[in-house]
Amino acid sequence: MHSPASALPDPKLLHLLGPKWLTARSRATTADTGRGWRLLVLGSVGLLFWAFIFGVLYRLLRYFRGVEEIGPLLAGKLLGLILVSYFSILLLSNVITALSSFFLAKDLDILVGGPVDWLRLYGAKLLETVIASSWMVSLMAVPMFAAYGWVYDGGWAFIPYAIALFVPFVLIPSVIGSGITLVLVNVFPARRTRDILSVVAVMTAAGLVLLFRLIRPEQLARPEGFRSLVDFIAVLRTPTSPFLPSEWVQKGGMSFLVDRPDWLSVYMLWASAAAVLVFGAMLHRRLYVSGYSRAQEGAERWARAGKLSALLRNALAPLGVLRRELVQKEIRLFFRDTTQWSQLILLAVLVIVYVFNIKFLPLRTEGVTRIIQIVIPFLNLALAGFVLSSIAARFIFPAVSLEGRTLWLLRSSPMAMRELLWAKFWVGTLPLLILALTIIGITNFLLQVSPFMFIVSVVTITGLTFAVCGLAIGFGTIFPQFETENAAQIPTSFGGLLYMMTSVMVIGSVIVLEARPVAGYGAARIYNTPVSVGEMVLWFSAAAVLCVLATIVPLRVALRRLERVER
Amino acid sequence: MIRLTNLTKKYGSFTAVNGINLHVPAGELFGFLGPNGAGKTTSLRMIAGILQPTSGTIEIGGVDIARDPITAKSKLGFIPDRPFIYEKLTGAEFLRFVAGLYGQEGAEVEHRAREMLALFDLEEWRDELVESYSHGMRQKLIVASAFVHRPQVIVVDEPHVGLDPKSIKILRDLFREYVRRGHTIMMSTHTLETAESLCDRIAIIVAGKIAACGTMDDLREQSSHGGGLEEIFLKLTGENAARDLVDVLDA
Repeated sequence: MHSPASALPDPKLLHLLGPKWLTARSRATTADTGRGWRLLVLGSVGLLFWAFIFGVLYRLLRYFRGVEEIGPLLAGKLLGLILVSYFSILLLSNVITALSSFFLAKDLDILVGGPVDWLRLYGAKLLETVIASSWMVSLMAVPMFAAYGWVYDGGWAFIPYAIALFVPFVLIPSVIGSGITLVLVNVFPARRTRDILSVVAVMTAAGLVLLFRLIRPEQLARPEGFRSLVDFIAVLRTPTSPFLPSEWVQKGGMSFLVDRPDWLSVYMLWASAAAVLVFGAMLHRRLYVSGYSRAQEGAERWARAGKLSALLRNALAPLGVLRRELVQKEIRLFFRDTTQWSQLILLAVLVIVYVFNIKFLPLRTEGVTRIIQIVIPFLNLALAGFVLSSIAARFIFPAVSLEGRTLWLLRSSPMAMRELLWAKFWVGTLPLLILALTIIGITNFLLQVSPFMFIVSVVTITGLTFAVCGLAIGFGTIFPQFETENAAQIPTSFGGLLYMMTSVMVIGSVIVLEARPVAGYGAARIYNTPVSVGEMVLWFSAAAVLCVLATIVPLRVALRRLERVER
Repeated sequence: MIRLTNLTKKYGSFTAVNGINLHVPAGELFGFLGPNGAGKTTSLRMIAGILQPTSGTIEIGGVDIARDPITAKSKLGFIPDRPFIYEKLTGAEFLRFVAGLYGQEGAEVEHRAREMLALFDLEEWRDELVESYSHGMRQKLIVASAFVHRPQVIVVDEPHVGLDPKSIKILRDLFREYVRRGHTIMMSTHTLETAESLCDRIAIIVAGKIAACGTMDDLREQSSHGGGLEEIFLKLTGENAARDLVDVLDA
């Protein structure tokens, strides 16, 4: 039947969300080899993570509950701190997600070009933004609320009450974040905005980590630092941030658990959510069309060959034309992609925090035995290895996946795939090796290790760096994510998880293999007994063989896999 | 120059290319036509060494691409239908990079790259990142990259997608001149006028098999149809059995 000629088309909100829903359903139902295993591993890791958070909070809250007077205050303060950090993460994540969903998504041409009402488009895209940016925080909130509800006997009624508190808490930063993005896109071109946002996001995260570490919050947990108990309670009673929704959730939640439901907090949350939603919709109506139009404009991006480029070219000349071009390409792509190089800021902060923690280890105080002075530098190796494997997961693991769309060029050229792997491996390994040796050098200096431990550390970290890089390239090629354009998402895949698990196992095994000769050396130093050279050679050789195998085997498997890739 | 023997490609139980035998000699511009999903792109990507055949052989200049891929590929330039290239390289850097893949560098490459960019009106964009190029500009850059290392054979999949009329004219002249110098081009296209006026010989592929192959006269004879390429193509591919348009539009 034909519609009346006067009736205008009016696609519903659910219709606009249809493709997303169908895509998700199709992904969930498509048969895929190994999917069951993947789900099992991911599910198990997720459950373990939940159990871990629940366990830690449960123990802490049980302890707080046993403390007279200030127990509920401490629990409330903790909840407030967690919620403030959730709120900051949500705000930042929504600003970035909104840029993709409102301005850069591929379906926008159809939606903006179609007869879609502005309010429906706003609703559909806002819902998409809320889900994409808040699912992780929401999952993290489950064990947190569960622990609070359990310890304070919240009962079943606490579940709908917590949901009623949390839904507007998630919605408010989403509307505000989308609004900030809308204004930003009207000022800067969308692509430039993405660059600016990624740097701002990383610098904010880095700043928070650094600030949190440098103020050494563990000292605040010592009441003896306050002049009196009254002062301490006064500090605890002060709201963390009275005008933030996190404070209302905290107040509402704790009131329910220790006294009775605080309906004013619930009302404040929902009323604020409704108010910002109306304001957000008005802003969208006023600014979206011009913003979307500006988002289509490309920013001018010039890149002239400078002195640095010429210097690099000359330095790489001995490698020959092919390898030089491959290495230069890798370096250029990395440093011209803001989402990539900006991660270095976070990396630098992590290293500073790590070194800072080592610096303040109370190794020279009373009661610390000589054996601990030997064990700590040795464990430092394991921790440094773990830091390196995390860095490799972020920067080296995605290397082959990022080549996906341009693989046609490399596959059709007269280049052996081993050359590509060679370039990816060395471009990743050399900077990581320099970093590893710097960390170990500085921390060893701070720990005042013996020459023997210094040599063991340097040689071991070199072997571990090669192994970690070999594994990262290997697993990254065996489990590629050719369709994912965002490098930051690639390490969170199933292959990334497997890589991290294998990498940690290799680091752990090397440490275990070296533990015996290092312990033997320590004992010999303390008790002035002879060192068994044969035993040392045996265990250190085993560790070296493991490192070599962990480097070569994954690279070989990766090469075979890469030669068979058809794209 | 290009020789395909019993070339077959299967994806699971689906046969995309089914036992193709073909020889394209040096100095020929060969057209590869067929409806969507007939196996054109799969065949060209196998010739370019991107896909591996399920069975059969491919020789480029007498070299089996499966046995000696490096030598075979060094004679070849490939232009895909979708212009995916490194977004964070400039046009000039991209051409230099492609030449480097073929072991070429120096003043000659720089000169050739400049000439190719100028030919396609991209000289002003040479130092701008590819991410700011339009679809057509990217396509032109890929065409330039296929010529920059002077291959003996060029395999082209849909060369006209996204190009403006001036660029299409330049490309046609470039292809003709290139073939006149004794090189070979194998090209798939949906533009039948281009194929008819430009190609020395044409193959029409239907459901993974070659339905007809030869010069325009050969095709007329094989299809028992005296008309132009469009009529021959529709007859061989069964497109003339399409639904009555009136029924479709009124449905």
